[in-house]
Amino acid sequence: MTAIAKPSITEIRQWLSEVPDPEIPVISLTDLGIIRDVTWDDETLVVTVTPTYSGCPATSIINLDIEAALRQRGIDRLRLERSLSPPWTTDWISPEGRDKLRNYGIAPPIDGTAADGRMRERARQLADGSNLAVACPRCGSHLTEKVSQFGSTPCKASYRCRECLEPFDYFKCI
Amino acid sequence: MATLDLAVDQAALFECLLRLGDNTLVLGHRVSEWCGHSPVLEEDIALANTALDLIGQTQLWLGLAGEVEGKGRTADNLAYLRDAAAFRNLLLVERPNGDFGQTLMRQFLFDAWHFEMLTALTRSADKRVAEIAAKALKEVAYHLERSSDLVIRLGDGTAESHRRMQRALDDLWSYTGEMFVTDDADKAMAEAGIMPDPASLRGPWEARIRDVLAEATLAVPTGTYVHKGGRKGVHTEHLGFILADMQFLQRAYPGATW
Repeated sequence: MTAIAKPSITEIRQWLSEVPDPEIPVISLTDLGIIRDVTWDDETLVVTVTPTYSGCPATSIINLDIEAALRQRGIDRLRLERSLSPPWTTDWISPEGRDKLRNYGIAPPIDGTAADGRMRERARQLADGSNLAVACPRCGSHLTEKVSQFGSTPCKASYRCRECLEPFDYFKCI
Repeated sequence: MATLDLAVDQAALFECLLRLGDNTLVLGHRVSEWCGHSPVLEEDIALANTALDLIGQTQLWLGLAGEVEGKGRTADNLAYLRDAAAFRNLLLVERPNGDFGQTLMRQFLFDAWHFEMLTALTRSADKRVAEIAAKALKEVAYHLERSSDLVIRLGDGTAESHRRMQRALDDLWSYTGEMFVTDDADKAMAEAGIMPDPASLRGPWEARIRDVLAEATLAVPTGTYVHKGGRKGVHTEHLGFILADMQFLQRAYPGATW
């Protein structure tokens, strides 16, 4: 083992960028922004992962997938760490990740629209800023409406396009 | 790993972490009872997602509680292997689901408190507490937005939905006072700067709920009687039934995994 050079962090990040999110397989773990750190602790590789939602059932699968992908590349000394702070935000989803989501039929998050508990001000903010309207990932129309704040997974809301009439998921901002 | 601060009363910290974790655990379980039974599909999904967030937060709070206790108990051990008298949740969260209106009103009254509590906890002197709170707060902001919106829509809805929402509010009102009772453990936490004095949350909570209830055309009850005991382990008969359901598997088949 000592004779073989350790793979570089860039190389490892590249491998991780090929690991799909188990719930939304078009997007990778690095696109999602949940890989917070990759570092060598002597001979052990340490990958720090942050959960998306605290109850997201994909979290344990993600850890298994990371482990499997890295072991396949010959990394046998591996430690996964969980980091809660700073908490994950959809702002960390990469531009490529947003394109992939849109092409897959999920409207990507509009940054800065996370719920913050200020209901009235927020409702006004969302109503006033017409540019904040969620665009339909199929026809691009901004004539869309929220059906429910919660969708098929904790990270998504249900929307409907009033132009092409298709229902779609919106990856909500958090 | 554990940063043991000897100046902080660890028993009080454990007690208060149980209160946070038991609230989310019991309410998460209650809300999940709706799965497959909601009035409409979207609400079924919303309730299940809310329950999932709450259970996820439970893992964090009870995980930390076990770490603070230092006896090797995991979040699962604490959830599945304690009896009712060892649970520290508010009586409000163990109230039966009732109709959809009662479930929603309970959620709204709790969310409004939860939001203020977590906001205060993000400033905790204990970094571990502050981190969990910051994570949970993002999720709870969505819970509060949803429950406020629905309370307004149903309160200011049809005569029937209004009647049911008012009845739910009247029924649950006497269970809200327990959220603001301060005991010795709370005092110890407040003095250490780890958690807020529960009494300090009443003002912001009441301002918010009055705002929403007014928009929902619902009358704020005037009763001052407070049902309490849950935070000390004195529960209503409902908790035992929840635990019988929730803990059955681990009690019957200890250590079962899949």
